[in-house]
Amino acid sequence: MLSVSKIETFYGESQVLFGVDLEVRAGQVVSLMGRNGMGKSTTINAIMGLKPPRTGTIEFENRPIHRLPSHAIARAGLALVPEGRQIFPNLTLRENLIATAANRRKRRHPWTLERVFAMFPALFERRDNRGDTLSGGEQQMLAIGRALMTNPELLILDEATEGLAPLIRAEIWTCLEALKAQRLAILVIDKNLRALTRIGDWHYIMEKGRIAWSGDSAALAATPDLRLRYLGV
Amino acid sequence: MTWALLLEQFLNGFQLGVLLFLLAAGLTLVFGIMDLVNLAHGSLYMVGAFICATLTELTGSFGWGVLLALPATMAVGVIVEMTALRTLYARDHLDQVLATFGLILFFNELTRIVWGPEGMVIPLPAWLDGNVEILPGVHYPTFRMLIIAVGLGVAAALYVLVVKTRTGMLIRAGASNRAMIGALGVNIKTLFTAIFGLGAALAGLAGMMAGPIIEVSTGMGEEILILAFVVIVIGGIGSIRGAFIAALIVGLIDTMGRSFLDVLLSAAMSASAAETAAPALSAMLVYILMATVLFFRPQGLFPPHGRQ
Ligand SMILES: Nc1ncnc2c1ncn2[C@@H]1O[C@H](COP(=O)(O)OP(=O)(O)OP(=O)(O)O)[C@@H](O)[C@H]1O
Ligand SMILES: [Mg+2]
Repeated sequence: MLSVSKIETFYGESQVLFGVDLEVRAGQVVSLMGRNGMGKSTTINAIMGLKPPRTGTIEFENRPIHRLPSHAIARAGLALVPEGRQIFPNLTLRENLIATAANRRKRRHPWTLERVFAMFPALFERRDNRGDTLSGGEQQMLAIGRALMTNPELLILDEATEGLAPLIRAEIWTCLEALKAQRLAILVIDKNLRALTRIGDWHYIMEKGRIAWSGDSAALAATPDLRLRYLGV
Repeated sequence: MTWALLLEQFLNGFQLGVLLFLLAAGLTLVFGIMDLVNLAHGSLYMVGAFICATLTELTGSFGWGVLLALPATMAVGVIVEMTALRTLYARDHLDQVLATFGLILFFNELTRIVWGPEGMVIPLPAWLDGNVEILPGVHYPTFRMLIIAVGLGVAAALYVLVVKTRTGMLIRAGASNRAMIGALGVNIKTLFTAIFGLGAALAGLAGMMAGPIIEVSTGMGEEILILAFVVIVIGGIGSIRGAFIAALIVGLIDTMGRSFLDVLLSAAMSASAAETAAPALSAMLVYILMATVLFFRPQGLFPPHGRQ
């Protein structure tokens, strides 16, 4: 459904991505791993049109999207949970969920406030609180809920559980598994190898702007020296 | 000084305040959300007044003139945004000041070509031309009362728009994080154009309300634009509520200062000294106020939340 091929991105003169290839098939959970500064966020930003690639192509459901503005990419069915969550601080939790909500592809069972609150009960009590008064965990759940309210075909999470308490992390992984069970495709950046091995179908490891390794969960589990070589964990 | 005079000047100040608010509302949204310094906002005030004057002449009715001139001014605003201002969002403020100053010259010349150098008067219908008795024995022009009512009505409608509607949520969200609303599927260009069109219509409305009082002429937007900038700086750039409160304060202080400062000063100095000092000082009052506010609250009285 998503097919990234040979994209290269530059910040000014310095090249950050050197021909990244990546694929997400319908219903799959795909992970993108790698040490800090290897180009994971840059890859996501290229896909979302926030930092369009200089060369290469990105196709979503067999339609090129790499020249589209980011709102058109989102409307094609991609939704982003960005690094740093980027909750609207001056809107209430509820307003954060409904401000950009949409059902553009006319889903039969669209996401609603009720469904989001059912998935994250902790959000319900905080629904009238401003975004900037929420805890990190609440903000991450809200960012996921906000993305789901656009009824995407593919959910992209940049740092799904970074900086969160263990209990909250577990809750986020449970949520992603539930979404996978509903056949939502997910592309997730995270450092938690064990959780990713459990729920992921396919894995990519980036090094210095290139895909250095890719394989399924069995291969990931069977190659312990990957950790040392590429992940530093 | 009588109580009747005091009340009258108070209402005059209030009326100037709501006019300033109509102008400042669009200015503060455009500055706060799109980070655009638009000196040409006063041109929309002027263009709105001219269009209204012509339409009033054609239809023979001030009411129709206003109703038709509103969408026309909005259309002018939308065209200006799409052709000229859109290219300026990414530029720095100095470029924006230069380019929108150019727009002022363009619009002043355009009105001279289209409407001639004379200026126009907007005649009021009989029912608006008289006075109402607001207190026993105290009369006040009906039209000025109408301006106050229109201004308060627009303020209430804007409040509902910004606080209660989804468009309002997007306006606020856009003020804190533009890139993110784009990544969530909102076309920011369209949103910006809509906000600008709304601001243009409000500026035009202010011009239409002022027209019957001050006469419609080329360059009428410049002086009041300076006051509108004072208002948004005092109120906090990007804040509608701040613009409303600051506009009333500025309108009242400016008007009351011009009327009563000499009386106040003569309590402290000789009558002739007070008479010479008062006009100079009253012209400066709002700037002194702005400097004081900036000293204690550099972000203005009501900075919108979530912006650095
Ligand atoms: N806006 C920018 N301007 C210049 N260089 C940048 C910019 N953003 C990222 N980079 C550089 O691009 C490289 C890749 O950064 P990127 O954010 O994609 O890494 P990442 O894999 O997401 O890392 P992290 O785990 O820290 O989030 C880094 O060397 C970084 O310094
Ligand atoms: Mg990153």
